Amino acid sequence: SLSLSLSLSLSLFFYSAYMSERERLYCFCVCVCVCVCVQVNTLSVQMQAELTEVMGEVWSNGAVKSAVFISTKPGCFIAGADINMIQACKSSEEVTSLSREGQKMFEKIEKSPIPIVAAINGSCLGGGLEFAIACQYRVATKSRKTILGTPEVMLGLLPGAGGTQRLPKMVGLPGAFDMMLTGRNIRADKAKKMGLVHQLVDPLGPGLKPAEERTIEYLEEVAVGVAKGIANKKVSLTKEKGFMQKLQDTVMGLGPVRKQIYKTVSDKVQKQTKGLYPAPVKIIESIQAGVEQGGEAGYVAEATNFGKLAMTSESRALIGLYQGQVICKKNHYGTPEKEVKKLAILGAGLMGAGIAQVSVDKGLTTILKDTAVDGISRGEQQVYKGLNDKVKKKALTSFARDTILSNLSAQLDYSSFKSADMVIEAVFEDINIKHKVLKEVEAVIPPHCIFASNTSALPIKDIAAASKRPEKVIGMHYFSPVDKMQLLEIITTDKTSKDTTASAVSVGLKQGKIIIVVGDGPGFYTTRCLAPMLAEAVRVLQEGVGPKRLDALTTSFGFPVGAATLADEVGIDVAAHVAEDLGKAFGSRFGGGNVDVLKTMVEKGFKGRKSGKGCYIYGKGKKDKSVNPDAEEILKKYKLAAHPAISTDSDIQYRLVSRFVNEAVLCLQENILRNPVEGDIGAVFGLGFPPCLGGPFRFVDSFGAERLVGIMKRFEDIYGNQFTPCQLLLDHAKNPSKKFHK
Amino acid sequence: SWRFFFLSFRKIYTILKNSLLIIQTKSKKTLARPNVKNIVLVEGVRTPFLLSGTTYSDLMPHDLARAALQGLLHRTAIPKDVVDYIIYGTVIQEVKTSNVAREAALGAGFSDKIPSHTVTMACISSNQAMTSAVGLIAAGQCDAVVAGGVEFMSDVPIRHSRKMRKTMLSLNKAKTLGQRLSLLGSIRLAHLSPELPAVAEFSTSETMGHSADRLAAAFGVSRVEQDEFALRSHSLAKKAQDAGLLQDVISFKVPGRDIVSQDNGIRPSSMEQMAKLKPAFIKPHGTVTAANSSFLTDGASAVLIMSEEKALAMGYKPKAYLRDFVYVSQDPKDQLLLGPTYGTPKVLERAGLTMSDIDVFEFHEAFAGQIMANLKAMDSDWFAQTYMGRKSKVGTPPMDKFNLWGGSLSLGHPFGATGCRLVTTVAHRLQKEGGQYGLVAACAAGGQVSDTHVQHSLVVPAMIAFCTYAKHLYEL
Repeated sequence: SLSLSLSLSLSLFFYSAYMSERERLYCFCVCVCVCVCVQVNTLSVQMQAELTEVMGEVWSNGAVKSAVFISTKPGCFIAGADINMIQACKSSEEVTSLSREGQKMFEKIEKSPIPIVAAINGSCLGGGLEFAIACQYRVATKSRKTILGTPEVMLGLLPGAGGTQRLPKMVGLPGAFDMMLTGRNIRADKAKKMGLVHQLVDPLGPGLKPAEERTIEYLEEVAVGVAKGIANKKVSLTKEKGFMQKLQDTVMGLGPVRKQIYKTVSDKVQKQTKGLYPAPVKIIESIQAGVEQGGEAGYVAEATNFGKLAMTSESRALIGLYQGQVICKKNHYGTPEKEVKKLAILGAGLMGAGIAQVSVDKGLTTILKDTAVDGISRGEQQVYKGLNDKVKKKALTSFARDTILSNLSAQLDYSSFKSADMVIEAVFEDINIKHKVLKEVEAVIPPHCIFASNTSALPIKDIAAASKRPEKVIGMHYFSPVDKMQLLEIITTDKTSKDTTASAVSVGLKQGKIIIVVGDGPGFYTTRCLAPMLAEAVRVLQEGVGPKRLDALTTSFGFPVGAATLADEVGIDVAAHVAEDLGKAFGSRFGGGNVDVLKTMVEKGFKGRKSGKGCYIYGKGKKDKSVNPDAEEILKKYKLAAHPAISTDSDIQYRLVSRFVNEAVLCLQENILRNPVEGDIGAVFGLGFPPCLGGPFRFVDSFGAERLVGIMKRFEDIYGNQFTPCQLLLDHAKNPSKKFHK
Repeated sequence: SWRFFFLSFRKIYTILKNSLLIIQTKSKKTLARPNVKNIVLVEGVRTPFLLSGTTYSDLMPHDLARAALQGLLHRTAIPKDVVDYIIYGTVIQEVKTSNVAREAALGAGFSDKIPSHTVTMACISSNQAMTSAVGLIAAGQCDAVVAGGVEFMSDVPIRHSRKMRKTMLSLNKAKTLGQRLSLLGSIRLAHLSPELPAVAEFSTSETMGHSADRLAAAFGVSRVEQDEFALRSHSLAKKAQDAGLLQDVISFKVPGRDIVSQDNGIRPSSMEQMAKLKPAFIKPHGTVTAANSSFLTDGASAVLIMSEEKALAMGYKPKAYLRDFVYVSQDPKDQLLLGPTYGTPKVLERAGLTMSDIDVFEFHEAFAGQIMANLKAMDSDWFAQTYMGRKSKVGTPPMDKFNLWGGSLSLGHPFGATGCRLVTTVAHRLQKEGGQYGLVAACAAGGQVSDTHVQHSLVVPAMIAFCTYAKHLYEL
């Protein structure tokens, strides 16, 4: 469709067909203004070529005094460069030359003899943004869908078509760093404030045409007006600078000040990435080269660094995650027979209320049921707070918040469950309680209603054993905090019907989740991978490595949260529960640390963050925490002697990670996982597996199965079967050409 | 062939007879319904509508309402104790006189035994006052009700900030000097910034002018079209004023000032002059300007509504029947000002009339762009099919019957008072132009229909919207 639409825009371009359609609008212009319409949403080699050709024709036609660049695809200006184009490259030189081509094209746009106005509606990201900022003027719609940004850093890349050079000039050094290092999306009104766009256009409501269509047309009208205005000097391109702007420019003009900024930013990046992500460093380098040594040096630095980054394993890992995420945001099970419109949630605890929070604002009528008034009061407050925080951030109006909340009903009984389409239980993790509520619920719900369990470890088929209709029973494992964690793990049993799965996936997608669908078994996929790692963490703690050092070792490996902190976040009681349950199911392979450590902690009330004490003592502030001396006492009581042969920092890291990875591979071997992609996505988005490694499977691919097996064997010699590599891993070790990802 | 000839003759005769019948029906058709009381408009008056901040600036809202009530008493010579009930509409309330109907009634010398209440429904507040009166009479509760509306934009309640109010309220409760001092000490600079009255729709945070500009853009209404319509409104108003057609205006002696007897916002300008203005709300490419919007206005209106029986018994010659009304509501974000489009066909259907039956149209002109957008919506099959569930378009009122004596753009728009002006104007125009059916529509309000002597008048307010214009409020 790429080339087709472009050739379309080419044929449309010269007056013939195109102008006749728009004649009414532009015929009477004093200066002729041409609109270039794009229908593609990614920049590719082909598009670059065709764009150059089109622009060449525009420039060679003396009658054309200004141009507008607009996308006719609703909701999208240009969403960035084509990733496949970069992936297809074999060497960094090849990528560098791609970048040079892009730079050259955009430089021509920047130096265009006639003004070019970019009319932006929808995503304007990456290469799209770089194109827009090369234009002389930018008009954007104030629609919620209009977002601008440079997300390259999230793919381990940098803006490689002049972005690192133009942005600092446009939004200032600090603003440019912020945009490029965080990769965050910027809404139109913010973009206007930052100086990224010149003018905003309001989205229109319905008129004589559908709203979206008319809005794009209106955007075009306004942009054409501006383009003509620039051409006949009625609209000025230089904006009068305010006092603060002038002050900032003066300050930024001072070499030592800039030096200090580079240093501060570099230090911050080092602290946050622990040196595991090369892209931010290269972004800083490229910006610095441009600002300090001038344009040409900057462009060269940008292109060279872009080439280097594209060949890094980190970039491949991040791109893999991005592509996996796209796959996991689709429903592969078809359209459910009956759309879920009314959702009931049992248990208004942290989880239940969290699920309500992400459902109610997506238009689902939501019932939040608990057994106690205190429970629903706390739950309702949590939902309210979640929405109200958005109001405070101006992402939502107070009116919208109230309207959304009107879809929530908190209650103590089963009234109106008779019209529920899906029930998700988030009650206490006890099979007897789960059976009790399942029976209660089945007595009141309609036949089509789905029963989903938000358990983190109990096998779904055990829960479904109490059901009259096991085909309607499924597992929906959310992660806490539900509104922040993107993953949803859906668990199907042999009896779960395909339509039930389709429904659960559809609800999860509506809730904005990235979804993996896994088979049933103790701990499913995510909990099952986490458990051995946590067991190992407990052993490491018992061997005298303090919580702080354990955290440092895990975070420096790339985990966003340290293992000790993670245990506190998950809850020591939950960890103990899971360790015991899975220990029973899987035997000594899940051993390692002594479960009694966790149990003793729970007895003393150290249940983790929720109780204020766990491995750490938590103060009021978010970062306010110190090691819990009483927990250390307990660890001393259960002290184990460390084996010097496998207790270096790196050994400890691999002891933790290899157990995680081995269990993940075993899940694939046992068909709990359907494919490595979902395995990687689940591990990264649900458990915080280092994103720079791309997930356990990509890690095995890039690290080498043989090397991993070698390390594990060393540990196996001392600790036994906990480190025995699974068959699939051994297969990969034997045959290096075997890869989980192509 | 004789037979054929005969048949043809019969056919022709039938057609002729039928057409005669149609003509006869049209002139005799009454909208009276069995078992529904005939309710009549006996009289309607208003104070001159003045730009806010001019001659009325030192008054209070109830003073204006009082003037309108006294004018009505004077015109009708109705004994003060015959009135059963008084209802007033207002939008921005003066907190001291929150039931402005009661304060104005007492001040105008009505019996203190007459109950009064105040209603609010944005720009159709006095439409609501009138239809409430119709309801009271239809229900047999009352026989004679005074309805009216008042708006006073020369003074609006500007509040302390919420934080400051909270501190001040706590101060009332503080018992010791120490407590008071610590409360006073807690006041920060931010506490002192005042809170202006609603400059925006509460639900969408969008100002009315902004919404009108977007609406105009959505329907592709050009700046020129808007300026032309505004110019038409001012020119027609000027003509009507000069010809003495605005008989509903009463003279008002403002204490300490001269007698005011004319509206002062009518300013026929030229297209060139109007074209010079910059957009007021959406900059720099918007099309709604100060010249093609209605301006902030002070003014009050009042009407006397009675059961026909009572009016005739008292020897009145009613000006019109109030036959029917409809209120409609739509999405406050994108269809805020489209009430007339939705309301008009509904009320016509209820009355069994079509657009061509109507002799006099009075539509509230909030913005020229809003009127033009409504006209375009009414003329669009696509809009009618997509948004109104109709088979075909509503159809537009012919301009030679439309707002012929000016409108809110030129005469002014005291939010709470405009509805009564529209209804009274329809009655007067029907009288003057010799028409039979009239229809009133207001955005933020819907439509109403009026008619003279014998026949009908319908009241049709529609959608709610808050008519405050940010720009103008700041200019206070």
